[in-house]
Amino acid sequence: MALQRLDRSPLGWFFRLESNTQTALFQFQNTRARHRRAHHGGVPWPSPSGFPQRSQDSEEDLDEDADRYMCSGVPGQPSGLEEELTLKYGAKHVIMLFVPVTLCMVVVVATIKSVRFYTEKNGQLPYGAGREQSLQPAISLSIYTPFTEDTPSVGQRLLNSVLNTLIMISVIVAMTIFLVVLYKYRCYKFIHGWLIMSSLMLLFLFTYIYLGEVLKTYNVAMDYPTLFLTVWNFGAVGMVCIHWKGPLVLQQAYLIMISALMALVFIKYLPEWSAWVILGAISVYDLVAVLCPKGPLRMLVETAQERNEPIFPALIYSSAMVWTVGMAKLDPSSQGALQLPYDPEMEEDSYDSFGEPSYPEVFEPPLPGYPGDELEEEEERGVKLGLGDFIFYSVLVGKAAATGSGDWNTTLACFVAILIGLCLTLLLLAVFKKALPALPISITFGLIFYFSTDNLVRPFMDTLASHQLYI
Amino acid sequence: MTAAVFFGCAFIAFGPALALYIFTIATEPLRVIFLIIGAFFWLVSLLFSSLFWFMARTITDNKDGPIQKYLLILGVLVSVLIQEMFRFVYYKLLKKASEGLKTINPDETAPSMRLLAYVSGLGFGIMSGVFAFVNTLSDSLGPGTVGIHGDSPQFFLNSAFMTLVIILLHVFWGIIFFDGCEKKKWSSLLVVLLTHLLVSALTFISPHYGINLVSTYLIMVLMGIWAFFVAGGSCRSLKLCLLCQDKDFLLFNQRSR
Repeated sequence: MALQRLDRSPLGWFFRLESNTQTALFQFQNTRARHRRAHHGGVPWPSPSGFPQRSQDSEEDLDEDADRYMCSGVPGQPSGLEEELTLKYGAKHVIMLFVPVTLCMVVVVATIKSVRFYTEKNGQLPYGAGREQSLQPAISLSIYTPFTEDTPSVGQRLLNSVLNTLIMISVIVAMTIFLVVLYKYRCYKFIHGWLIMSSLMLLFLFTYIYLGEVLKTYNVAMDYPTLFLTVWNFGAVGMVCIHWKGPLVLQQAYLIMISALMALVFIKYLPEWSAWVILGAISVYDLVAVLCPKGPLRMLVETAQERNEPIFPALIYSSAMVWTVGMAKLDPSSQGALQLPYDPEMEEDSYDSFGEPSYPEVFEPPLPGYPGDELEEEEERGVKLGLGDFIFYSVLVGKAAATGSGDWNTTLACFVAILIGLCLTLLLLAVFKKALPALPISITFGLIFYFSTDNLVRPFMDTLASHQLYI
Repeated sequence: MTAAVFFGCAFIAFGPALALYIFTIATEPLRVIFLIIGAFFWLVSLLFSSLFWFMARTITDNKDGPIQKYLLILGVLVSVLIQEMFRFVYYKLLKKASEGLKTINPDETAPSMRLLAYVSGLGFGIMSGVFAFVNTLSDSLGPGTVGIHGDSPQFFLNSAFMTLVIILLHVFWGIIFFDGCEKKKWSSLLVVLLTHLLVSALTFISPHYGINLVSTYLIMVLMGIWAFFVAGGSCRSLKLCLLCQDKDFLLFNQRSR
């Protein structure tokens, strides 16, 4: 991958997204190139990221790993025509990522602020039917964070949180390496089964707990048959949408919801200081895992690139949209539900490798009465972001909202900081054109702004507000 | 202290800003990005001002008494200076970005500096208003009686109107400031800085809402008129617009549909 200076002004990136680049922090689905066999050989852009690398625990797997980022390597070079298009679409993709990240954070903050359950510490488990379920994640998570934070001295507490972090990170590293090994030796069934187990857990058990707590908070009575029906429908449709086929918007909504649920679990069950240290450590790990030549994520990416395989659908949020010429190109079996991005040859390949089609990208079908564009191909690129990014961003903002003082300024500051970090990461991607992690910059900004807003800005703004002074 | 107060004050303070956002910014992704970057710059300026105030307080060892009030006043004035400085920094950044864009792609129309001035002003304004008011708003949902110790019972309403005027003022200041920078008219910058200082200083006489609010609104109207003429408006174009005879505007609207 040749490093290429885009232009003198980094901000110019927002007007131009270099399509030649071999990497994607976010995956850019270049469907036009797919139609040009000459350029791509019909190989769609693989999305190697999104493997569950982190926890093994049946509750935690799914999303925490799903990636911080995607990797690189478009096999073919799109033509110069692509570059003009990128100018139009560059900023749009940033917004296509802002919206789901914002939605996930809004769900997490709204839940934290209204449902007391997620800010209660383990020692104050509510009595009643929910108790058994809520004990189970607590026990399993406390395996990862065995050192308590109820210590008399600050130094001891800090030491305990660092030790908790070390344990958590080593578990994650072990899982990632295990996953890379599995992927290298093509144990796809195992990975698939693992993913399905984790999404089952998230979609049914965690949703049940969440629904129970929300109903308790608002004092709404719901009988078990209705509850069963609701949770069953929600979970079953979610499994279908995420792992198989479904409307794009529904899949996106489900991915956002499971990221939010996962983030809420983290916020509830990770001890205070450990959570912050873990956030910092995960960003560093991300940086190392992606940029070092022997890093597990980088190896994963390169392996997936060599094999030209798509990544598992459950771990990546995709916002791709595509319209193509000629309905004949559509896979007839997916009419009205999902438009497959692959050429027929690729379909066979993917059938071979997985035994079932797995489509990382979900596209909206073209509108039936779509006027005009029969004469020319019109395509849009999609953007992908790993669910792990959603989760850790939401954990940061959720913790900022959860900590005591009920201060909204801190939450908002962290929110803006994370969005800016996302922008900057995209910018750096355009400048360096290498695989880059999505967590470090955003989490660093978020942490800096959290601690500085909480300790410096909050007293200032409170004093100003009480005297009704305006700056 | 009911939902009525909450929603009323929220819409008073943020309604116009929300409308401006929905109608002018939400449709274009680039403008949204610049808005958020503007909000970020304001946030960083607030951080530096709080740092300054914090350091001043620790230097004077947190003694209570009139010195705290003077420190607060000093903090406010320094904060205004820092905000305007960051507005200038943002201007420089946008200038570089525009130039970069022009070299890459001469035929595509980049956002004009005037548009960026408006977007950056709105970004500053929204962030400033939100930070000033959102904690008060969330308190208004809870139980309590306003003014039970003899303070004014119009606390929330006054804060809401003040927030609104600050947001609008930031928009106008942004336009005037950027225009002054573009045309190298440093007097505009000075006037923006001075009016900002004046508006903040007016809030020091806080319990006397009448003078405070009325003069601030007056300043806002003046700034608005100035920004209108700076942004290229004229009496004639205003008349055409109000009488729905502005052909360019009508055609543009139809085209975008």
